[in-house]
Amino acid sequence: MTRYTGTAIALHWLMAILILGICGVGLYMTGLPLSPTKLQIYSWHKWAGVTAFLLALVRIAWRARHRPPALPVAMPHWQQIAAHGGHALLYVLMVAIPLTGWLMSSAKGFQTVYFGVLPIPDLLAKDKELGDLLRDVHATLNYLMIAIVAGHVGAALKHHFIDRDDILTRMAPRHSRKEQSA
Amino acid sequence: MRFATAALAVLAVTTAHAEEYNAIQADKSAVAFVYRQMNVPVDGRFGKFAAQLKFDPAKPAAASASIDLDLASIDAGSAEANDEVAGKLWFNTKAHPTARFVASSFRPLGGNRYEAVGKLTIKGRTQDMTAPFTFSTQGRAGIAEGALTIRRADFGIGEGIWADFGTVANEVQIKFRLLAEAQPNKK
Repeated sequence: MTRYTGTAIALHWLMAILILGICGVGLYMTGLPLSPTKLQIYSWHKWAGVTAFLLALVRIAWRARHRPPALPVAMPHWQQIAAHGGHALLYVLMVAIPLTGWLMSSAKGFQTVYFGVLPIPDLLAKDKELGDLLRDVHATLNYLMIAIVAGHVGAALKHHFIDRDDILTRMAPRHSRKEQSA
Repeated sequence: MRFATAALAVLAVTTAHAEEYNAIQADKSAVAFVYRQMNVPVDGRFGKFAAQLKFDPAKPAAASASIDLDLASIDAGSAEANDEVAGKLWFNTKAHPTARFVASSFRPLGGNRYEAVGKLTIKGRTQDMTAPFTFSTQGRAGIAEGALTIRRADFGIGEGIWADFGTVANEVQIKFRLLAEAQPNKK
């Protein structure tokens, strides 16, 4: 097997778009002055975060049942370790970042109500100091994720343009239809 | 003799019920509120208020009550919200530092339930308001506990960009718990 499954590819790119969007909105929204728009953006950020969390669980479940294609044998050992470590850390962050966002929201006294309809229970009671601490944790984990995603993208591009192997294309959706019809 | 005993018993019962609760204990009382922001309930409270109460559950018609809420002491759920609601679009706290409720009449609703009818003034606007509450006793103290829902737009709370109820709902629930001791010399 040289390619990821269609489901894995779909989940990867769907989450890539979601994470990029949520993270970008998160960086932008905190600096806004209080307004109805800010409250709306915060809500959308939380709803999208809950969605990303659920997708991350689906993705991890899928990954546990479907072994991804092996890394090229020519890859140096340290790079293989870095790749696996980076991927593992990304999975951890995909779960930990929405969780800390939810906990922070509870500690700050603002419950998360999914799409304004489904209230997600508060695990923590309102506590200003804990809320500020969780905000810092949430932000720090996000900066860590930005760094790892930058490395992830950089590595994929290096594999594609310098090593000229199939690391990027086996996760790319564009060939799937051709291959199926072929 | 039998008559005297019966009369005494009646008197004892009457005095027990004719207690007028008139000395509000501010540290054991609270005025809080719940508003909805993007359909998320957010808790708030007033840190400082001054309340007067004269309430005898046996004679609700003779009762009186008023409460002044110090709007600068508001906790609207976050520091950012507290700064915002002091502004002109919300309470305009500089021009209208207090909100005031004055009860003009009390009605028994059966059991330990009553309602206070009166006028609520916020930001210079006055509305008729009915506050249902329960009254219970705890030792020497009486506790009036109830809730009422106001519409913020009736008082011009949240104007301009905030006038739309899609982000901050019009209905705001106000919850109160007033504990008053019965001090006979205060009558």
